[in-house]
Amino acid sequence: MADQTGIVIVGSGLAGYTVAREFRKLNADSPVTILSSDHGGFYSKPMLSNALATGKTPDAILNSDAVKMADQLKLTVRPHTRVIAIDRVARSLVLQDGERLPYRQLVLALGADQIRLPLAGDGAGLVSSVNDLDDYRHLRDALEGKKEVVILGAGLIGCEFANDLAVAGYRVHLIDIGEWPLGRLLPQSGGAFLQNRLESAGVTFHLNNSVHHVDRVGERLRLTLAKGGTLEADIVLSAVGLKPRITLAQEAGIAVNRGIVVDQSLKTQDPNIYALGDCAEVAGRVLPFVMPIMHASRALAATLAGNPTPAIYPAMPVLVKTPSCPTTISPPDIGARGDWKITEDQDGFKALFQDEGGSLLGYALMGAATKEKNALTSQLPPVMG
Amino acid sequence: MRQFACAVCAHIYDEAIGDPENGIPAGTLWEDVPDDWVCPECGVAKSDFEMVDP
Repeated sequence: MADQTGIVIVGSGLAGYTVAREFRKLNADSPVTILSSDHGGFYSKPMLSNALATGKTPDAILNSDAVKMADQLKLTVRPHTRVIAIDRVARSLVLQDGERLPYRQLVLALGADQIRLPLAGDGAGLVSSVNDLDDYRHLRDALEGKKEVVILGAGLIGCEFANDLAVAGYRVHLIDIGEWPLGRLLPQSGGAFLQNRLESAGVTFHLNNSVHHVDRVGERLRLTLAKGGTLEADIVLSAVGLKPRITLAQEAGIAVNRGIVVDQSLKTQDPNIYALGDCAEVAGRVLPFVMPIMHASRALAATLAGNPTPAIYPAMPVLVKTPSCPTTISPPDIGARGDWKITEDQDGFKALFQDEGGSLLGYALMGAATKEKNALTSQLPPVMG
Repeated sequence: MRQFACAVCAHIYDEAIGDPENGIPAGTLWEDVPDDWVCPECGVAKSDFEMVDP
């Protein structure tokens, strides 16, 4: 008797849909179901942080809705469907309405939540964040007719939004506890180069600083800073980092650490359950951004199609979409031993992270120096071979 | 001339336009684009592009 119980993917982000797309290239008919907690449409999340500059509305960002995706990839897509629990013994999911959905293999592509800072004040609840297209729709509605935005966190997302909003004519303040922007990716002088370009684009930086409380002042918000002084703005956008969604797995007794613990084959300790993308910790590492998802998806699709395949990660440079300062970074491994060798002129910034023997372990390129990206990437060691 | 769309960000590679900023002259056929070329918008690999139906 044919087994009609198929692959169930929880999550309709880039990871979920890319696994489905890659699996369909290998297997045309096994049933695949995608469960989505939102509308279930496919869109490019990286596009959200430069949509003003590219002139894209939230509707234009949505690539294909759930119906179109289901049709295109021959899937069942169930929008607005929340999973309450995983019953590993029965191999089924418990959905929010009590329905039980059996799976043969389960893929957790849950993504991550924005970290919320514990802020005091009666305006703290009005601090917004953008983690998906629906959030972005709210932000765009809120921006209508407004002028001034404060962004908390000068990481990749914070810098990208700051650049996009400043170029679109908003007054933008960027607050970070670090001494320079992109502190986890750039050496200090690189941060200064980026800061300078973003300041020229109209962004005001408040570094070495943080927000104590947020209070309502009429329609606006007033932020009291840790180092004293206040700022007023129409909108406060928090972009201080992401936290992998691990609760569903944890409650099912699956090992979690920072993310859901999987081996290099993306398998949890349960041989029928896999995880990838922002929710997963692959062989001890949470690998953020787009490129690791593409590599993991291809490997997992092969495994699900019956050909067990570990994920191989080459060097994966990160493109920071700050048009005022084109930036490509391939950060060295945390704990890698070596030094930054920096050359800089008015057009560009180039930092090479080399070990004692002169081998290239990472780089940061800005402005004109980004042209060297391809040549340098080919010299880098793989992230996970 | 054909067009290829990035599966991640929907960036279009148009053979007629090429990607001159990254060393791919206008008129370069898709099969002649090197395998290590990446999407100029989001950085994913050439293999993550799919042909746009004419």
